[in-house]
Amino acid sequence: MIGNLDYSILQQLWWLIASVVGSLFLFLTFVQGGQTLIFTLASNEEEKSLIINAMGRKWELTFTTLVLFGGALFAAFPLFYATSFGGAYWVWMLILFTFILQAVSYEYRKKPDNVLGARTYEIFMCINGSVGILLIGAAVGTFFTGSRFSLNLYNSVTWHTPYHGLEAALNPFNLAFGLFLVFLARVLGAMYLVNHVDHKSLVEKARKATWINLLIALPFLLTILIGLVTMDGFAVEPATGRIFLEKGKYLNNLLGMPAVLFLLLAGLGSVIYGVVVTGFLGKNCGIWFGGLGTVLVGLAIFSLAGYNNTAFYPSLSDLQSSLTIYNASSSKYTLTAMSYVALAVPFVLAYIAYVWKLMDAEKLTLGELAGQDADDMY
Amino acid sequence: MGEDILTTVDWARAQFALTAMYHWIFVPLTLGLSFLVAFFESIYVKTGNEEWKKLTKFWMTLFGINFAIGVATGIILEFEFGTNWSNYSWMVGDIFGAPLAIEGIFAFFIEATFFAVMFFGWHRVSKGFHLFSTWMVAVGSNLSAVWILVANGWMQFPVGMAFNPDKARFEMQNFWEVALSPVAVHKFTHTTSSAFLLASLFVVGISALFLLQERHQKMAKRSMVVAAVFGFIASIFVAVTGDEAAFSVAQRQPMKLAAMEGLYVGEEKASIVALGIINSSKKPGDVQPAFHQALKIPGLLSLLANRDSDSFVPGINDLVFGNVAHKIIGAEQRMVTGKIALAELARYKEAREKGDEAAAVSALALFNQHQGDLGYGYLNNPAEAAPPVATTFYSFHIMVVLGTLFPVIFLLVLYFAFKGTLENQRWLNIACFFSLFLGYVAQQAGWVVAEVGRQPWAIQGLLPVGVATTNIAPGNVQTTFFIFLTLFTALLLAEIRIMMKQIKLGPEA
Repeated sequence: MIGNLDYSILQQLWWLIASVVGSLFLFLTFVQGGQTLIFTLASNEEEKSLIINAMGRKWELTFTTLVLFGGALFAAFPLFYATSFGGAYWVWMLILFTFILQAVSYEYRKKPDNVLGARTYEIFMCINGSVGILLIGAAVGTFFTGSRFSLNLYNSVTWHTPYHGLEAALNPFNLAFGLFLVFLARVLGAMYLVNHVDHKSLVEKARKATWINLLIALPFLLTILIGLVTMDGFAVEPATGRIFLEKGKYLNNLLGMPAVLFLLLAGLGSVIYGVVVTGFLGKNCGIWFGGLGTVLVGLAIFSLAGYNNTAFYPSLSDLQSSLTIYNASSSKYTLTAMSYVALAVPFVLAYIAYVWKLMDAEKLTLGELAGQDADDMY
Repeated sequence: MGEDILTTVDWARAQFALTAMYHWIFVPLTLGLSFLVAFFESIYVKTGNEEWKKLTKFWMTLFGINFAIGVATGIILEFEFGTNWSNYSWMVGDIFGAPLAIEGIFAFFIEATFFAVMFFGWHRVSKGFHLFSTWMVAVGSNLSAVWILVANGWMQFPVGMAFNPDKARFEMQNFWEVALSPVAVHKFTHTTSSAFLLASLFVVGISALFLLQERHQKMAKRSMVVAAVFGFIASIFVAVTGDEAAFSVAQRQPMKLAAMEGLYVGEEKASIVALGIINSSKKPGDVQPAFHQALKIPGLLSLLANRDSDSFVPGINDLVFGNVAHKIIGAEQRMVTGKIALAELARYKEAREKGDEAAAVSALALFNQHQGDLGYGYLNNPAEAAPPVATTFYSFHIMVVLGTLFPVIFLLVLYFAFKGTLENQRWLNIACFFSLFLGYVAQQAGWVVAEVGRQPWAIQGLLPVGVATTNIAPGNVQTTFFIFLTLFTALLLAEIRIMMKQIKLGPEA
């Protein structure tokens, strides 16, 4: 059945799948957000341990989702993988660097003789949660602001700045994107703590942190939204594949795809609702609204970048080198084969949800951290 | 520009080798120890004996410490295909990306999901579900090995694809040919069984240390018996799959086999070199001897390579310069064909740009005639088709010699364990302890054979590493190389210190 689908439908389907994985990753950055809360929320060693152990049971899911996001882009849009990773070399290297630091920090922090000391590993986590997410945000921002690269006849990339992607972080829109993601992650991290930890003073502080961080995120969100509806965008002529600058392209995309506008508004509303019920109404379920909202906003952002005849990875140096979901994708055969593989995703999501429910059925307490399995704790 | 690209390639290779070699310090232990921990926990669940639980948790702690840094180095490898090998990523991403994505969907999520249950679920889930989770971590870890080795196997023996001249890339034509390629199957069976062997050496080695120190003797002997049984079975499997893998190399990558044996001039009834000192100044085509000293076993290489002790095995000279008598087309001749293919591809692309359909059709016809040797067109000298011989030869022989030693160690452990005198065999326990380190040497040597032995190819015969690399100034890659070198070394030192402390504390802590 999948084999009968039109090539362009498969290309759109795979942009959707990659968008879903990317959006789930944004939700799961609550782990990174939680890591940055170590230094602002915890007032003693016990509270710090509670935060780290709460996040430590989920860090691998975030990490794996990032790896899958990379794998899905490689398989479905190899020209993007080659162009962005090879060209914006330093941005991706620094992002990866922060994720290496994260991967060892949970396991090593509390272990005796860990060479660098617990505080160093806590700083590593904070770097991952702040610098790592900021740079990911800046990289996503370039989907709208573009990058300085060109492709030759053989699609080999040449990057036209010596900074290899770091220049993206200096663009105000990209910077706002990165900072918004950092504070959104902190909002989600605080919501997850409220949901998962049984500790009165820490939970109270986490409730407060949800709306404070949302307030800090608002100017960045507004910068992004105003930027999106006012900036010129990179459009594609469907018949020829020629790329051209279109005035108000992303506003046109929003208006031309009402479902995307709905996703964006519903997503933002859901995040705000999650913060309100967590921060002001004393509920513990805000993370689910925040998470759902983040996924919806993520889907809207990726849809704006890739659908409605839009170049999702624009080139400022050579417009015709810009990448679209049509010129950057794998062959029809590969997309078809991968679509059959993707049928397993609901099953994967189902067992993750089941295990999540089992493991989070009881809240994390100080008693558990000091109990008979204390040596296993992070 | 040419010099810059050459230097970039060198740094990119160095960085990828560094990452891969560090990664492979941790991964084989993860692959094998996950199963050993599952065995230990299964015995605990079946017997209800708390001592087996303590034993399980001890090895699980060491597993967790090792696992984290394996994950950290693994993510770099995936993304380095894009950052350092961007031309490769475009040219073969249509085929190579799929196994990586499948690895994420089918394997990594199993590991990530059940890892948390394994470590923090002792009191949150039932005993049975906890055991199930431990087994799932083992299964997930090994499933991830399947797909990355499918990808690696495809690079060594590209099948199930065709070149698309319009896109200037290779595209997948048959998923099952890629997934079930015999090279991929051999890679998986040989690599995972060697990982089981290493993990067994790890458990036997650490347990032997306890016996030498007269600490935790009961737990140590239990661990040694389970690990020695697993290790011995794995050793036999390693030998059988190793033989199959070598046969496969002989059929599909004859240049690699010639380098593994330092064979320059092909011969019938070819000898295998049991021990030898390579003449490292020898170059393809010259008259210098290949070895300063060599101990050879006649006919064995022919038997290993072709299952016929009288058969002809081509040498490096035959594969570089050709051998008419044995109908071998050498790299020298393939370079001529490859350069025609490249020129016609360029003419085709240019004609398409200009809209000159007649010229495009003619160029494409000529390209199709010559595209089988496309990769050779990028070489400047036929001798470039030969890999570094000394590195490949010594790595292969170190791996084989050590691989022969390990089953003997396991058998001796089992013999004395059943005699009940294991703790009295000081010499054996010392040998077990040092075998642990030799196991790591064998692992690294195996990958050096696989990867150095296939140089200069990123994709065998189709894409040399020099073309596969990213167009970036070498200083960038040089800087990240040293950043990773410093970081990985610091983390490795931290890991070793933490491991040593945990071993010192022992299972009773």
